[in-house]
Amino acid sequence: MAGKKLLLENDHIEGIRSLRVYRQHGGYQSLEKALKQMTPEQIVEEVKTSGLRGRGGAGFPTGMKWSFLAKPEGVARYLVCNADESEPGTFKDRYLMQRIPHLLIEGMIASSFALGARTSYIYIRGEYFYVARILEQAIAEAYEAGLLGKNILNSGFDHDCYVQVGAGAYICGEETALLESLEGKRGNPRIKPPFPAVAGLYGCPTVVNNVETIAAVVPIIRDGGAAYASIGVGKSTGTKLISASGHLNKPGVYEIELGVPVEEFIYSDEYCGGIRNGKKLKAVVAGGSSVPILPADLILKTANGEPRLMSYESLADGGFATGTMLGSGGFIAMDEDTSIVKNLWNFSRFYHHESCGQCSPCREGTGWMEKILHKILDGNGTLADVDLLWDIQSKIEGKTICPLGDAAAWPVASAIRHFRKEFEEYVKNGKNIRDVKHYYRLNNLVEV
Amino acid sequence: MAKVTIDGITIEVPDGTTILNAARMIGGDIVPPTMCYHSKLKTSGGYCRTCLVKVSKGSEKDPRPMPKPVASCRTTVMDGMEVQNLLSPEVLEARAGVVEFLLANHPLDCPVCDQAGECDLQNLAYENGKMGTRYEFQKREFEKIDIGDKIQLHMTRCILCYRCVKTADQVTDGRVHGVLNRGDVSEISTYIQNAIDNDFSGNMIDVCPVGALTDKTFRFKSRVWYTKPVDAHRDCPKCSGKVRLWYKGEEVLRVTGRKDQYGEVQDWICNDCRFEKKKTSDWVIEGPAHIQRDSVISANHYESLKALKATIDRQRKSLPHGHKTTLGHGALDPNNTH
Repeated sequence: MAGKKLLLENDHIEGIRSLRVYRQHGGYQSLEKALKQMTPEQIVEEVKTSGLRGRGGAGFPTGMKWSFLAKPEGVARYLVCNADESEPGTFKDRYLMQRIPHLLIEGMIASSFALGARTSYIYIRGEYFYVARILEQAIAEAYEAGLLGKNILNSGFDHDCYVQVGAGAYICGEETALLESLEGKRGNPRIKPPFPAVAGLYGCPTVVNNVETIAAVVPIIRDGGAAYASIGVGKSTGTKLISASGHLNKPGVYEIELGVPVEEFIYSDEYCGGIRNGKKLKAVVAGGSSVPILPADLILKTANGEPRLMSYESLADGGFATGTMLGSGGFIAMDEDTSIVKNLWNFSRFYHHESCGQCSPCREGTGWMEKILHKILDGNGTLADVDLLWDIQSKIEGKTICPLGDAAAWPVASAIRHFRKEFEEYVKNGKNIRDVKHYYRLNNLVEV
Repeated sequence: MAKVTIDGITIEVPDGTTILNAARMIGGDIVPPTMCYHSKLKTSGGYCRTCLVKVSKGSEKDPRPMPKPVASCRTTVMDGMEVQNLLSPEVLEARAGVVEFLLANHPLDCPVCDQAGECDLQNLAYENGKMGTRYEFQKREFEKIDIGDKIQLHMTRCILCYRCVKTADQVTDGRVHGVLNRGDVSEISTYIQNAIDNDFSGNMIDVCPVGALTDKTFRFKSRVWYTKPVDAHRDCPKCSGKVRLWYKGEEVLRVTGRKDQYGEVQDWICNDCRFEKKKTSDWVIEGPAHIQRDSVISANHYESLKALKATIDRQRKSLPHGHKTTLGHGALDPNNTH
């Protein structure tokens, strides 16, 4: 039986992008309910009850984040939507904004009402310029229909929403770097504290939420927090958009109820439909490129032998030794022919390119790791290089200003932890590994 | 007031004090080294990560330890906080890592660098680094550029501490320089090769912890340890006029601001004082300046050989039998056992 859908319920409907069709299918009813029947405090309370957690990657409870927002008298507050979806393997926000832009706009207005924000911004990455146009079109429609601007739906609530396009930097997805960029400065992460909830955009209290988080506020208001909390498992409530990519039969964006077994997600026809060409699964990066990679046996079952579920807790079971994270939901599956070393080099190249260069461990370490991986791939590596890689990542992790350092270190650590043999194989025979796929089949290197 | 314990030494400091400043109030060896923090520059610090410390107890109210090492220069103390610096092997290891990172792309051209002898990075590496590097790839290189007629920027040596950017922001009029690009190819630069032309631009040279920004009027004139620092002042209409003159024989080779024991400038000085007034007759001499850090300057001029010998002997005793001590690798620091 198909799981319940809250966000992508209507995404197949022709013309849902337009305000008219969106309203025909129940659009903006949540906003009306919020403005006319609820107080801001009630909305925050519903969000708390719902157990909604930040969908951008960290999984911080949204209701709690909202209640941290400082509310000094006479100081503007802001809601900023983080649509700088740059994590490799993650494309759910793009899908959502492209298909149902009004869901995000409705969520923005309702959330702003709850937070008392007169102005909100959608910060979208530069590569999504065409999505920005869709959003701007939707915002224009909303203004025309009196859903934005002054005295929205005769409730006395004024709100303006703006789209700001970034210049295409991964680091601007970090909330404080995003705020710097939004202010027109160089997108460098700020040193925290102060947190944005106290001093964010233009020094004012600010909430920064992911696109999916803000969109999820709409069904929470519509059905109530308790109904939302009844979906899912444990502290992982509600539904989550998963961007499935890699060697799957049916890659794409899926809305799942949290708690679906990973095995079902990969193999059932309702979701990804198994591994392409009948191959065996080798490894999975479960939540976007920065979370630890897991070999097939550990992603399907936890170290205790329990089936692993698509939920915050279950994926994190076992810590980083045998677990990973749900992250942003960028689910990358790799089949038996994949070279983990090559894949890791690709990730490391990305983090090297995207490091902002502010603090030394990340600035120097990411480039160093990439160069070592390149050397190993070329067949010039030594076993000492593998140990050096491990040492470098341990000196980056947790020692940087923002989580980009961690994001660069975790894939390296986990690849070495779970696939050290493969690194050693590259060191010993790297020069002969011309065609990786061929080589793996010949040598039966894969242990699945 | 908040009570904070650093490496077992307790001190009471005003609320809002950073861990670093609390440690500086205690003084001595427990003060974490810094590269990017500068007491006279707002929002400086947090970038280089050399001052990382471990917070083993958050506060009296919330005694949980902080999960990650924190930058002591940007973390404020809480009442009852307990901090480990030298006592934590983890911190020392992390710091050695940071030194290695900072040196990874540093050219190590100390033999031809004007900063050698008074270089914060040299001191940091001697005190906290390990012998040798494991970085074996091509280092990044940049062309030297002149920013203004008195200052040369040698970006290859830069460790991106952002101090000069903050100086230009906060001390001089009009911000004309900043950071271009990102990651390990980011560079300090002026806006499309603009010259930096204002009365206080020379202070960027003083705040630079390495030899990236150098005084063109002093370049290659002398090694710093052959020059003798003397404090002097003059009645300057633009600045405090409190400077340090660096003599070689009778000649003033350069004029800099006065730095405190942590190598941070105490008073900003103007370019007239720095570049134009290079005669003894321009100045009222106060007396020789004592450079307190374990740099070669102090070793050459102020510490008697006897004291030096005593230090080395003391260190030798604390080492395993047969271990050789050499001058230069933190020999003057009795706490360094490398």
